[in-house]
Amino acid sequence: MGQIEWAMWANEQALASGLILITGGIVATAGRFTQWYFGTYSIAAGVFICLLEYPRGKRKKGSTMERCGQKYMTSVVKLFGPLTRNYYVRAVLHLLLSVPAGFLLATILGTACLAIASTIYLLAAIRGEQWIPIEPKPKERPQVGGTIKQPPTNPPPRPPAEVRKKPSVEEEGAGGPQVNPIPVTDEVV
Amino acid sequence: MVCWILSESVSIVVVLSWLAVNLYLFIDTFCWYEGEEAFFYTRIILGSTLAWARASAACLNFNCMLILLPVSRNFISFVRGTSMCCRGLWRRQLDKNLKFHELVAYGIAANATIHLVAHLFNLERYHLGQAEDAEGLLAALSKLGNTPNESYLNPVRTLHTNTTTELLMTLAGITGLVISLALILIMTSSTEFIRQSSYELFWYTHHIFIIFFVGLAIHGAGRIIRGQTGESLTLHNVTFCRHRYAEWQAATLCPVPQFSGKEPSAWKWTLGPVVLYACERIIRFWRFRQEVVITKVISHPSAVLELHMKKRDFKMAPGQYIFIQCPSISPLEWHPFTLTSAPQEDFFSVHIRASGDWTEALLKVFVAEGQVPKELCSLPRLAVDGPFGGSLTDVFHYPVSVCIAAGIGVTPFASLLKSVWYKCCESQSLPGLSKVYFYWICRDATAFEWFADLLLSLETQMSEQGKAHLLSYHIFLTGWDENQAIHIALHWDESTDVITGLKQKTFYGRPNWNEEFKQIAYNHPSSTIGVFFCGPKAMSKTLQKMCRLYSSADPRGVHFCYNKENF
Repeated sequence: MGQIEWAMWANEQALASGLILITGGIVATAGRFTQWYFGTYSIAAGVFICLLEYPRGKRKKGSTMERCGQKYMTSVVKLFGPLTRNYYVRAVLHLLLSVPAGFLLATILGTACLAIASTIYLLAAIRGEQWIPIEPKPKERPQVGGTIKQPPTNPPPRPPAEVRKKPSVEEEGAGGPQVNPIPVTDEVV
Repeated sequence: MVCWILSESVSIVVVLSWLAVNLYLFIDTFCWYEGEEAFFYTRIILGSTLAWARASAACLNFNCMLILLPVSRNFISFVRGTSMCCRGLWRRQLDKNLKFHELVAYGIAANATIHLVAHLFNLERYHLGQAEDAEGLLAALSKLGNTPNESYLNPVRTLHTNTTTELLMTLAGITGLVISLALILIMTSSTEFIRQSSYELFWYTHHIFIIFFVGLAIHGAGRIIRGQTGESLTLHNVTFCRHRYAEWQAATLCPVPQFSGKEPSAWKWTLGPVVLYACERIIRFWRFRQEVVITKVISHPSAVLELHMKKRDFKMAPGQYIFIQCPSISPLEWHPFTLTSAPQEDFFSVHIRASGDWTEALLKVFVAEGQVPKELCSLPRLAVDGPFGGSLTDVFHYPVSVCIAAGIGVTPFASLLKSVWYKCCESQSLPGLSKVYFYWICRDATAFEWFADLLLSLETQMSEQGKAHLLSYHIFLTGWDENQAIHIALHWDESTDVITGLKQKTFYGRPNWNEEFKQIAYNHPSSTIGVFFCGPKAMSKTLQKMCRLYSSADPRGVHFCYNKENF
């Protein structure tokens, strides 16, 4: 278990908790249970948690599968800098968010799941993990002409490349463009 | 086309049957609880959420019974071995056991959600039944049970409590919370992402299912959902007495109704599969105790380890896999590996590639630093469970077979090709099979090395026996650097391939499947051709498309039947 990145599991767990909080909140609010206002809080907290946890962080090794459409949320989450990067902050945040939902039965499962997610984030933070946004790879513009080597400047027969590379300063007469002993005319009309 | 329809349709039939049984159980239980007279008074308090909760509970019982069956591998191997009728079709279904396990898990999750929500409403309504402003029949029913002769209907006995406390004071409530948590933890650690990035987390967390099943068995023991007893129904006619609740205490025409809870039934559904799975784990433990002798350790380039082992009474078929445990690395983990040896050999072998914590640790343990060979007796002990699975014996049932492997997915085919070689040595002709096309697509040139020996000996063997036409193989290298490219270009005209040493030259880049399939269809115009693939999903989809595209509509024409090996 040495190399596991706990934050990956914490992220899945927190996302699931968010969904459970939303469900429990809807049930409590729609059914007008006793103290149903905790249900409304729970819906709001659940939506916030889902939005926060939706963009998956980048794994340290290997490639990370992005969630569908996560790049929009990634840019928003990235804005908060260390608040969202640091997993200690997330652990405390989730713990605090889970407490009010614990007062209502319909959302108590969400509280328990979120508390577990908070614990796993704490573990991740202790191991030094951080949330790294998955950046889209910059599109490499094809280097036109970069790999095309210069075409030969002199017509055949050509001496081999090594001879051609020698500085033409040494041999003024023999280097440089080919001087034809017999004048050559171009046949093209 | 026909075989594709057949094989896909069996899966569809299985899924539809499962769905049909679920729907039947749900609707039947729902209607029963909505109409049953014994629960009339319960419905006064709870409404129709009683029926929702009970119907989803019935489906939960059914699905929890099914969930353990697809992962009882020895049981599946047993069924696979003994199924006589329509062997090919049913065996392919048994290969999709993990997909079925996932399907049933989703069923459990869906029904658990319905059950949970319904019971939330139920608990709230029970709580409101004890409210001071509750009147009429509702209040009368809730007060039942306060005097010694009465049995209670409303499990919430007092108003001065909240629903959370009430939940935590009942066995059903606590076990319900615990098993819901267990289910959620199992599901969040089983997503494909977690399975691929950390198999151990998935494996260990999945064992929470033990808590799940224990909780499920005792969940209904409190019997708090109650209906009228049969005896009470004969004495107390509900239709007549429901309006006369003020007179119940007087016990003239309408004696006080008596209630009792249904006995828990979840354990009846799940006992069988739990016992079966327990047997599986016992078999695995017994196999763990069996001695496995390591006869050879070979370290290949690109971090591949080959292990030759022997075990008493070990019988395998090509394409099967085993579970290996190395107690000195991790006492609890079992990891699956395909067998790469042929059944005719007196040892069995696996090729293990370092791709995670456990495999890297294994390589480190078996391959000492600096390539000094370790003494065989100083190697750590291994335990082996299996062999399981396997659909590759079907290769011999087709007149023409096309085997396609990507990267490490070649391992099941290594076993198959060796088996073909041995069969070739033994007898003059292979019954049924007349041609095997083998394609291997690989990114890393060094990965060829361990397989190259096999292909080389196959090549010489085939040409010696005059059967060079039996096996036609094509190797595709999809990754190279400039130095390799120069080296290849320089040796282009030699008779043997510069990378593999084989007569058959390696191709560079990905295969053009359209051309390949066209050529094969042209060569065998009226045969059924089995296509076997082991590798990534994207390629699997491409190959399936090719099979459909190049199978002719004419029943006498060429037909490609696609089989995928999966882990």
